[in-house]
Amino acid sequence: MSSNAVPRPNIRFRGRSFMAFVLSPEPPVTAWLDRLDEMLAKSSGFFVGRPVILDVSGIEVTRESLRATVDALNARGIRILGLEGVDESLADLNLPPVLTTGRPTSGIILSSAARAAGRNGGSDRANAAKGAARPSSLLIQDPIRSGQSIVYLDGDVTVLGAVGSGAEIVAGGSIHVYGTLRGRALAGAKGNPTARIFALKNEAELLAIDSLYVVADDMAAALRGRSVQVFQDAGAIKIAALD
Amino acid sequence: MAKVVVVTSGKGGVGKTTSTAALGAALAEQGEKVVVVDFDVGLRNLDLILGAERRVVYDLINVTQGIAKLHQALIRDKRLDNLCLLPASQTRDKDALSEEGIDRVIAELREQFDWVICDSPAGIERGATLAMRHADIAVVVTNPEVSSVRDSDRIIGLLDAKTLKAEKGEKVDKHLLITRFDPARASRGEMLKVEDVLEILSTPLLGVILESQEVLRASNLGVPVTLSDKNCAPAKAYMTAARKLRGENVAAVLPTEKRGLFEKIFGRRAA
Repeated sequence: MSSNAVPRPNIRFRGRSFMAFVLSPEPPVTAWLDRLDEMLAKSSGFFVGRPVILDVSGIEVTRESLRATVDALNARGIRILGLEGVDESLADLNLPPVLTTGRPTSGIILSSAARAAGRNGGSDRANAAKGAARPSSLLIQDPIRSGQSIVYLDGDVTVLGAVGSGAEIVAGGSIHVYGTLRGRALAGAKGNPTARIFALKNEAELLAIDSLYVVADDMAAALRGRSVQVFQDAGAIKIAALD
Repeated sequence: MAKVVVVTSGKGGVGKTTSTAALGAALAEQGEKVVVVDFDVGLRNLDLILGAERRVVYDLINVTQGIAKLHQALIRDKRLDNLCLLPASQTRDKDALSEEGIDRVIAELREQFDWVICDSPAGIERGATLAMRHADIAVVVTNPEVSSVRDSDRIIGLLDAKTLKAEKGEKVDKHLLITRFDPARASRGEMLKVEDVLEILSTPLLGVILESQEVLRASNLGVPVTLSDKNCAPAKAYMTAARKLRGENVAAVLPTEKRGLFEKIFGRRAA
């Protein structure tokens, strides 16, 4: 890198998660569309402005039939955000993108209409989990090993042990490591610049708060091997010794 | 109740196969009925280290596929009656291993032996995950250098996630075996110290095996080091490690001060 380059602000990337509806057509698709029409007749605006994923693992599809299904839903005012359960070879620029990392959620709103739309799998679990409050912190009592990734976007992560080189913690809130932090720690991952990282011994590969990060190479040698806290101050990431 | 041990490391060339043979022979020497199973399908080596390469007829893949019976594939050691080898296939690859086949073979081996020692291939793919699947005990082999230690850390994570014990919510009993250790180089800072490795991996120590000519010589002769020269330091360390695996309360053999001092003096004179 040349030393006279004009400093430019970094481009900020953020991860964000949204709750999406998953529509799962069942064979025969024409009959399923008829049932969908019946449901829409009762509550016409149900899908307006809501992100909808089309899960076609329940039906056999070709690129043509897939496009026809997406078009049929479009015609009913249901815009498809992405496809699930599709072989990537069927992906095509004229189709919504193929999603693969979806997880079932306990927070879904299950109205009778949604159930009529064919999504009944997992409804018991969703109902059972509805009342339970989500904990706002995650406690991990074992060391986190190289290659493991702990992602907890609902709050703080506390680790009673070391975080190995090549391991990573991503937290929506702050990260507390009562051991040596050798891997990566990314706090405030949902866009929270007030989150902090605390480590008993800093040997980290990368430390990040919100979207600002610092790699091992850029950390002052005096702050390695010590107890530290990491925070954002005036739009910059700072590391301070705790001892 | 038979115990299934996996000897694993992540990284290649750290001494898994040598350690499998040495520990297997040590346990057999101590009177246990032992079978060592080579999971390195396609790159088998355990038969060479045990000096059984000229007697291989059937292999693990043949047994998992039902082509051969287990007793047809097992090779009895010529020196120790209670030590057997189940060799890997050299002509196939890891895709030939099926989960159901392995389940069946391990169940059968558990009935016939006290110890089933699985020599894992390097890596974290199918071969390695199948080798660790049934393990009750894991021996994680590590060299005192950063890449090997990080790979071992990764393997320890997989042992806590991808084994049958982990799926049942139990824990695999993990032990660390540090191999190819050179006290002189460690004291000069060219190698990680034993304490450093233990601190990073936070796993109990089974033993420290010194880098030595005896191990190399024994491997080339096709004799486990625990049988070839019972008085050399590596053989003693493996014998102690085997006693620890059997549940005896003995301290791991650490590289002795005496030797360290000798090396220091020797090193200074040579300089």
